Amino acid sequence: MTIALIDYGAGNVPSVERALQRLGATSQRVTDPSCWASASAIILPGVGHYSAIIRALDERNLRPALLDSISRGVPFLGICLGLQALYSSSEEAPSLSGLGLMPGVVKSLPHSVKLPHMGWNRLSIVRPSALLQGLSEFDYFYFAHTFAALNADSNCDAVATCNHGSPFTAVLERGRVFATQFHPEKSGAPGARLLQNFLSLAALSPLT
Amino acid sequence: MSLAHRIIPCLDTDGARVVKGVNFVGLRDAGDPAQLAARYNSEGADELVVLDIAASRDRRPTFLETIRRVAAELAIPLTAGGGIRTVEDARSVVRAGADKITVNTAAVERPALITELSAEFGSQAVVLALDAKFEPAINAWDVRVRGGRDSACLDALCWAQRSVELGAGEILLTSMDRDGTQSGFDVALTSVISRAVSVPVISSGGAKTPDHFAQIFSEGAADAALAASIFHDNVQSIRELKQFLALRHIEVRLPC
Repeated sequence: MTIALIDYGAGNVPSVERALQRLGATSQRVTDPSCWASASAIILPGVGHYSAIIRALDERNLRPALLDSISRGVPFLGICLGLQALYSSSEEAPSLSGLGLMPGVVKSLPHSVKLPHMGWNRLSIVRPSALLQGLSEFDYFYFAHTFAALNADSNCDAVATCNHGSPFTAVLERGRVFATQFHPEKSGAPGARLLQNFLSLAALSPLT
Repeated sequence: MSLAHRIIPCLDTDGARVVKGVNFVGLRDAGDPAQLAARYNSEGADELVVLDIAASRDRRPTFLETIRRVAAELAIPLTAGGGIRTVEDARSVVRAGADKITVNTAAVERPALITELSAEFGSQAVVLALDAKFEPAINAWDVRVRGGRDSACLDALCWAQRSVELGAGEILLTSMDRDGTQSGFDVALTSVISRAVSVPVISSGGAKTPDHFAQIFSEGAADAALAASIFHDNVQSIRELKQFLALRHIEVRLPC
């Protein structure tokens, strides 16, 4: 199977690539929509500012092809900003439109706690998810973000939440769209397990 | 449930090899960076910092290759620094595999560098390395630059707060009074800075015993603690340190 790894210049693309290699999977960096027609899964990694990912998706004309692939049922995994990009918009760059697959606006975590939310935290699992198979609330994952999908606004697709000043969506799943606010590629053995789960799901998913 | 306190080993390198020494004097070889990185990754380190303490221009390609070799061994975040003066310098370090970059002297000399890096890579990737030394004459901590050798004539607390306003997402705070002494972290310094800024603070300098770590988390309000030689020399195992902290009810990520 081929995994299209959307490369818009985000810093964590090589890390995701290495994490997939350790699992024996080959990925292909894609920078324009023509490259991923045959992809059996898509990963959108991201780190940094919301405007960087949204601008890159539009400047490289990736948005229509990405939405088309997702609507055809190609398994998708968004990481960090790749989760936030699924929502309508973000307070971090209010003038830009997100992919709009999830309702709600990405907002800042409260300033009552240290920001960025930086380091290892655990999940509260809301409902069973194939992506979290073999993982539990005892496992730690690595987060590095200030903005998040706060629970009060949009938690219907959250399969796991985390809490840093406020509860927020840590893992979401809707059909074959998956996303994590944390970085599985930087989260040791539990992160590797999550990526392995995604690969297994992708291989099993019959494409429509 | 809350954020775990992080334990971070630091690899001081001459670009290619891990070195040890106090204030750049009597440097001696302490091993291969990639081998140490692999060991710390499996022992339960929460992050790794790799610094080029020589930071000379002509050895830059060597250090970038070291970052690549270290990153290949890690399933945890990597911070790299030493000699980063421009966005381009930082980009080469990020492309080589670093998740975060540290800036020190160059940021003191040109504070706008912090804002430029934050705009380019996000504040979560920009770590201000702040070397502080207590100055009795002013009853405050002074910022030291160029590997701790020179005074910047800058109040450490003011500089920490300013760096956050400029876009730093984390502060790596080294006590020049404690560095190399193994007499414990500087609780007073760390507590003052950590409580005054809105970003996480990594305390560095002076660690030896597990009690030192417990103290810097509970009394010093540190979000993370960094050490080098006690880990390299197996004076302290990361796994046992974390078990000790967990028994003291300090939240840590226990390795499997």
